[in-house]
Amino acid sequence: MAAEETVIDGPDILKEWVGKGRVFSKSFDQELYHEVQQFVFREARLQDIHDYDAWEDLWTDDAIYWVPANGTDTDPERDMSLIYDNRSRISLRIRQLKTGRRHSQTPPSQLARVISNFELIKSDNNDIKVMCNAQIFETNLRGDTMWASRTEYSLRHINGELKMAYKKVVLINNNKPIFTLSFLV
Amino acid sequence: MEQYAHSKWKKLIQPGLVHGSLYYDEEIFKEEVEKIWFRTWVYVGHVSEVPNVNDFVTKTIGPMPVLMVRDRNNEIQLLLNRCPHRGNAVCVQEKGNRARFTCPYHSWTFSNTGDLINYAFPDGYQGTDKSKLGLAKVARIAIYRGFVFGCMTEEGPTLEEHLGGAKRAIDQLCDNSPTGEIEISAGFLRHRTRANWKFILENECDGYHPGFVHSSIFSVADSAIGSLYGSDAVAVTRSFGNGHTEVDPRPEFRRRDEPLSWFGTSADRLPDYTRQMNEAYGEERARQIMIDGAPHVMIFPNLFIAEIQIFVIQPVSANESIQHSTAIQFKGAPDINRRLRQQTMGSVGPAGFLLADDTEMYERNQRGLEIRNPEYLYLKRGEHRERRDEDGFLIGHSTDDLPSREIWRHYLSIMEAQ
Repeated sequence: MAAEETVIDGPDILKEWVGKGRVFSKSFDQELYHEVQQFVFREARLQDIHDYDAWEDLWTDDAIYWVPANGTDTDPERDMSLIYDNRSRISLRIRQLKTGRRHSQTPPSQLARVISNFELIKSDNNDIKVMCNAQIFETNLRGDTMWASRTEYSLRHINGELKMAYKKVVLINNNKPIFTLSFLV
Repeated sequence: MEQYAHSKWKKLIQPGLVHGSLYYDEEIFKEEVEKIWFRTWVYVGHVSEVPNVNDFVTKTIGPMPVLMVRDRNNEIQLLLNRCPHRGNAVCVQEKGNRARFTCPYHSWTFSNTGDLINYAFPDGYQGTDKSKLGLAKVARIAIYRGFVFGCMTEEGPTLEEHLGGAKRAIDQLCDNSPTGEIEISAGFLRHRTRANWKFILENECDGYHPGFVHSSIFSVADSAIGSLYGSDAVAVTRSFGNGHTEVDPRPEFRRRDEPLSWFGTSADRLPDYTRQMNEAYGEERARQIMIDGAPHVMIFPNLFIAEIQIFVIQPVSANESIQHSTAIQFKGAPDINRRLRQQTMGSVGPAGFLLADDTEMYERNQRGLEIRNPEYLYLKRGEHRERRDEDGFLIGHSTDDLPSREIWRHYLSIMEAQ
């Protein structure tokens, strides 16, 4: 391992929570870091204002949108996840929201999210991998809800623009009963 | 007093009319915990959730946690997670594998059979009978085709008497597995719901709502579910008695006469599964099973088998519940299992295409009851067309309120009892 890298470690009892084994890059590419942040902030804004088409446009054709349940490093091909969408299911999710009859989003949740703690992590291919934290305030007919997540992206330059190939949202309370989550997280 | 209690319930629950307070009154909720959750058979878990000796998983009976354990003797046990000494939890892990549980407070240690093995500094206890200080157990445990039920009282009907005609639905489910066994192995989604548990219970066999609550997803996905719940549908609702109800779409699937149509697919798309079914049951019987499909049955009070997934309803308070949901897996049938998981993940849980909207309805219903007029909910749809099937069970149209009426009839009989 190069000196400019560091591996996430932590107590075994929290293994499924800290995403153990991921390698953070200590080298700092200011321009890339800025570009990645701007992309994630834009994605957050599109989600907050329910701009469904613009959000869907951010995805690559091989996209995976994954919100695991019951831990961080579960196996989505074996274990239940809250969301485990490929590109066509992302599209179905958007089409349902756009009918105007997705009752849990009618009226839509009012949202503001704060994204922070960006760190670039080592990638096994040409994708750019980044981790960050998100806090989302939601208010809807039921009341106010706070959500918090560790989020992991794989981003890719396509025709000079960044696109999302992979987004994994690990809700910090995903091993507890949680309220309906029908806005785009 | 008895006369008063009798008339109280009769007033709240009338034919086709139920009083709003049954969904929000905390005193009624406490009485339900005692009379339903702690007195009658309740679904706890499935044997496949503890496949190995010493496996355990935390489950619930009503609002109370229960440890479901496969003990050192390979027996399924339902232990209460409360140290007999001072009430501490002997286990705070949700699931795992261990032969003994040690209370962290004073180090009392219990075998996973529930027996007290030892306590710290034993010379402080003189003449104490350790056999009386084991973990308490759910009074009765019974297993039907892998489904584990518990009952907190020694007396009362057996599990098989309680299930009655609903056994057919469980058999129908297991028959869809080429090994005759299902597995619950994918972990649960837990959906926190600010609504009374009975709104969830009643919705499970309500065939009136899908065309409206789920029109958003039906209109954008190729779903054949909608046609089961139209006004010209041939599917029926059925009451098995004891509060168990089902929507039975078999008349519709038999009309279609296509294996796996119930699952929105066809035999040639699942060749391995189809071959396994033919080998297990013979072609004729396998074809009938694959036409009829899996059941849609609500076993009172908390186990909903929704064709390809199960839901376990957990009451928390009068105004709050948790829906636990997961995909059913057919043991030894990997090609259908992936589809069962994928379809379940799309449909259920907090982000599901279906359940997010069902849950929105439960929560709006609950808030609606803050408006106190009219006092009663109206459940009379299809009263005029109830009839008996060849087995003597009450049936109605798939969009009728018959399941709700029958749930309330059973509820009344339990709550009236002293």
